Amino acid sequence: MPKIIIDGKEIEFKPGQTVIQAARENGIEIPHFCWHPSLSVSGNCRLCLVEIEKMPKLVISCSTTATEGMVVQTQSEKVIAARNAVMEFILINHPLDCPICDEAGECKLQDYTYQHSVGESRFTEEKNHKEKRIELGPNVMFDGERCISCSRCIRFCDEIVGEKELTFIKRGDRVTITTFPGKKLENPYSMNVTDICPVGALTNRDFRFKSRVWEMAPTKTICSGCARGCNIDLWTRNNEVLRITPRQNEDVNSFWMCDNGRLNTFKHVNANDRVSGPHLRKEGQLIKCGWDEAYAKTLSELKSFAKDEIAALASSSLTVEDTYLVSKFVRSTLNMKNFDFVRKVVAGSGDAILIREDKATNAKGFELMGVEPGKSASGGGLKFDEIISHIESGRIKALILIEEDLIGWNPAFEKILSKLDFLVTISTNFDASTSFANVVFPASTYAEKNGTWINFQGRIQRIRPAVTTIEMERSLDGMSQSRWDKFGTDFDSWGKAKKNDARPTWKIISGLASAFGTKYKFTMAEEIFNEIAHTNPLFTGLDYDVVGENGVQLKTETVKKKVTI
Amino acid sequence: MAKKNRLKDLSFGQRIYITEIAKGLGLTLKNMFKPKFTMQYPEVKFDPPASYRGRPVLAVEENGQERCVACGLCSRVCPALAIEVQAAETENEKERYPEKFEINMLRCIFCGFCEEVCPEEAILMSKDYELAFTNRADAIYGKDKLLTPVSRLQDRINFVRQFK
Repeated sequence: MPKIIIDGKEIEFKPGQTVIQAARENGIEIPHFCWHPSLSVSGNCRLCLVEIEKMPKLVISCSTTATEGMVVQTQSEKVIAARNAVMEFILINHPLDCPICDEAGECKLQDYTYQHSVGESRFTEEKNHKEKRIELGPNVMFDGERCISCSRCIRFCDEIVGEKELTFIKRGDRVTITTFPGKKLENPYSMNVTDICPVGALTNRDFRFKSRVWEMAPTKTICSGCARGCNIDLWTRNNEVLRITPRQNEDVNSFWMCDNGRLNTFKHVNANDRVSGPHLRKEGQLIKCGWDEAYAKTLSELKSFAKDEIAALASSSLTVEDTYLVSKFVRSTLNMKNFDFVRKVVAGSGDAILIREDKATNAKGFELMGVEPGKSASGGGLKFDEIISHIESGRIKALILIEEDLIGWNPAFEKILSKLDFLVTISTNFDASTSFANVVFPASTYAEKNGTWINFQGRIQRIRPAVTTIEMERSLDGMSQSRWDKFGTDFDSWGKAKKNDARPTWKIISGLASAFGTKYKFTMAEEIFNEIAHTNPLFTGLDYDVVGENGVQLKTETVKKKVTI
Repeated sequence: MAKKNRLKDLSFGQRIYITEIAKGLGLTLKNMFKPKFTMQYPEVKFDPPASYRGRPVLAVEENGQERCVACGLCSRVCPALAIEVQAAETENEKERYPEKFEINMLRCIFCGFCEEVCPEEAILMSKDYELAFTNRADAIYGKDKLLTPVSRLQDRINFVRQFK
């Protein structure tokens, strides 16, 4: 491999790489605004200037291709002076409104001003005034004054999404960004521009002014929006999820995620309709009761039905651990065959970028784990459609519905569920389906439990708890903590955040199993995963540490290798 | 047993103490007629100098506009985690304002870091030192108790500006 010398350090690079790429891969950070690893080179911010031997002037490292034997200086006096000058120019018209700006704390301009600027401005004239608070689209707000014209957002729309929506207008210091006439920034990935914007010019309208970034604690987890399983950070403060940002994973989602995932997959976690504590239907009303009472009631009711009169339907967004224990419970403890998962495929809703038609996060996991009717040891059971038609004809009288709102998914199921004699649901929120339930067990959401999901590629990825239930404690459970989480007491308002009495589905199932006389000796999700790893050859050699932050591709024949975005 | 020597042998006059008592009483008598420095608190209130760090307050302009933009720096710098701020959007030119601003006076240590870090000169240490509460909830001061007209804080503002 050819070699290049950066700051006296000899490093190898792949032919065709630019200087900034070669430096970045070897841990040398060259400051930059307009360059982005996934976007084309624009070269307009001029901050990545470096000195290269035998070149008459400083050159921008983002568009200079590395060549054999090149000697690059990124910290020489000349470079630092040039960098200071560039920073001074950029800051001429940039308003000093960091206290108001949402980007403060994760702003590249702020960071570089500390690192590479002289700290004083010689500009005494009036700063340029531009339009503020422009709604570029339903989810993105634009502040013209803060924009440093790096053009990342324009290039993102053109190159990644392929929809030309944004452009520069005007010249010189009056240059600003706008949408094309009659257009809005409303592509399904529009909010990624708020992440790549190096300053606070483009802000997330859903999150605007909700919290300062340093007040929140990020948790590395997976988006629950579709079968893609984009890697995300879930940002929490006071036990409340406030926003989601994508986390880089070149095998799954690169730097991006869709707006639907970002906006609609976390609001139910802190919603007022969360189920807290088990509920029993008494005189037509769902009344809160104790766990033992709910288990006993479920046991006595289910025992009054014949085996083929009971069915179980599970969401295909259950974690691998939940799936394993649910299927074990249904097949061996209940000795039942009628068990299937609900497929949530919306035809035509997917695209070639990230969004998948399959809206469930672990459908592949169900397939790979063999949780399909007809695959059980004791012979074929009923499939989803057959279970529904059997309920309709009255042959199935009791149903266990796990983490799935059938009616919310398809209102036509309302008349099906109303025919049941007995319905047990394991639900995160009160919904249309729980209104027919006789027993409701409170389930933890994906933001409150440990587990794994297998995405459509067959890649196993970890979800981690970001919000606590009453059974959890941030420091003891190793969850990420903000300064306020660490030092708060019960007497501080941030220590009094709402916590629900909910349990992960595997824990509810294991409680139910012990009511039926079968004891599972699992105290945490990791133990279930280890058992799966020992019994299922597909998972051999895996544990939570191996799966890690970026997931592991399972060795399945059906799975395509790498996708490029 | 050997006689223990004192560091200094007292004279007869000193040993009977009468002269010393008379001297002491004389000093008391002298001071009785000198000007008095004791303050008759609480009948008479102490008026602290501008450098005094009383409880932190939030400045409001004459037109009723709060100075605070809810940047959260005071909350971040507070070593005792006494301050909690929740921002929200307004139509004003400064598009951010504190929807909630609470200082837990049981946590506050009157260090004045919040005042020092404030970019808007909004949080200032007042001269208010009479703080007493009978329960924890009363100790949390919300915006109703914190907002103070700028005119009443001018003294402190002038003092703070000397060091900028």
